[in-house]
Amino acid sequence: MELERLKACFRTILNLPDDADCAALKYRDTPTWDSLAHMQLIAEIETVFDIMLDTDEVIGMSDFPTAVGMVKAHDIAIEG
Amino acid sequence: MLTDRVILITGASRGIGAATARLCAAQGAKLVLTGFRHGEQLDSLAAELRAAHGGDVLTALYDVADSAAVRGVFQTIFKTHGRLDGLVNNAGMLDDALIGMIARPVTDTVLAVNVAAVIEHIQGAARLMGRRKAGTIVNLASIIGVHGNAGQMVYGASKAAVIGATLSAAKELAPLGIRVNAVAPGFIDTDMTRSLPEETRAKRLASIGLGRAGQPEDVAKVITFLLGDLSAYVTGQVIGVDGGMVI
Repeated sequence: MELERLKACFRTILNLPDDADCAALKYRDTPTWDSLAHMQLIAEIETVFDIMLDTDEVIGMSDFPTAVGMVKAHDIAIEG
Repeated sequence: MLTDRVILITGASRGIGAATARLCAAQGAKLVLTGFRHGEQLDSLAAELRAAHGGDVLTALYDVADSAAVRGVFQTIFKTHGRLDGLVNNAGMLDDALIGMIARPVTDTVLAVNVAAVIEHIQGAARLMGRRKAGTIVNLASIIGVHGNAGQMVYGASKAAVIGATLSAAKELAPLGIRVNAVAPGFIDTDMTRSLPEETRAKRLASIGLGRAGQPEDVAKVITFLLGDLSAYVTGQVIGVDGGMVI
């Protein structure tokens, strides 16, 4: 459930199709994931999960698995 | 004018920070006041404001140059209020020395407190303000950062950097509805300036067009203006509050 919500954040902000493989997404490797999209992604994740990410987390979120761990660190019960 | 706005003021225990806190509280703001070495004064100010205005006042004691502590205060604001409407980057330090006698640790410390901490607080504030597409940030620069002064190379550099940070942040954050401005006080009657030698103090006073030292309230009024809706179309400005002082 929470994992799907996180995937939806990425798909929405990065303009990806519904069946996109989120696990493979990487900052700057994924064509639509540039620095502007990164900040929009952070804002979307914060809004959806009602959390506030630290600057270190913002800088460190370099791929989707890292994002999963980051959300988990904010006490969100996310699978994966 | 600031009813229920959540405003963070650093260096609020004394001087300009305390005067700004009093004005904002009188206008109904919910305050987060921070200090470092003057915890008793900060607590006393918070108690005074709660008694006078029944306001919501949080306090936090930390070194603004401590990144982890800065992150902590924004997490606290997020958990307590879920929003931030205003930030006043007031905390700062002065450590004068003549060229040739400036030790590297002095430069590092002044730049950490007066510049790096301002940047970190702007980053934290922008994250909270960006969610609501609204907010206002006021940074404390100085007349020294605009015109320079003998014996104040490090302080002048730090305050000039605050101006550069203000102008850049104003441009980057305007699309998010966040305004960023600076005030550049002149000679203000605070503990910082009271510690100057009498001769220096007299010389400085003689250079002020309005013929008097500024009071913390003089600066607080301009900061409060920049925090509120009366300045809704003002961003990327450095406003001198110096009584016509010439350096």
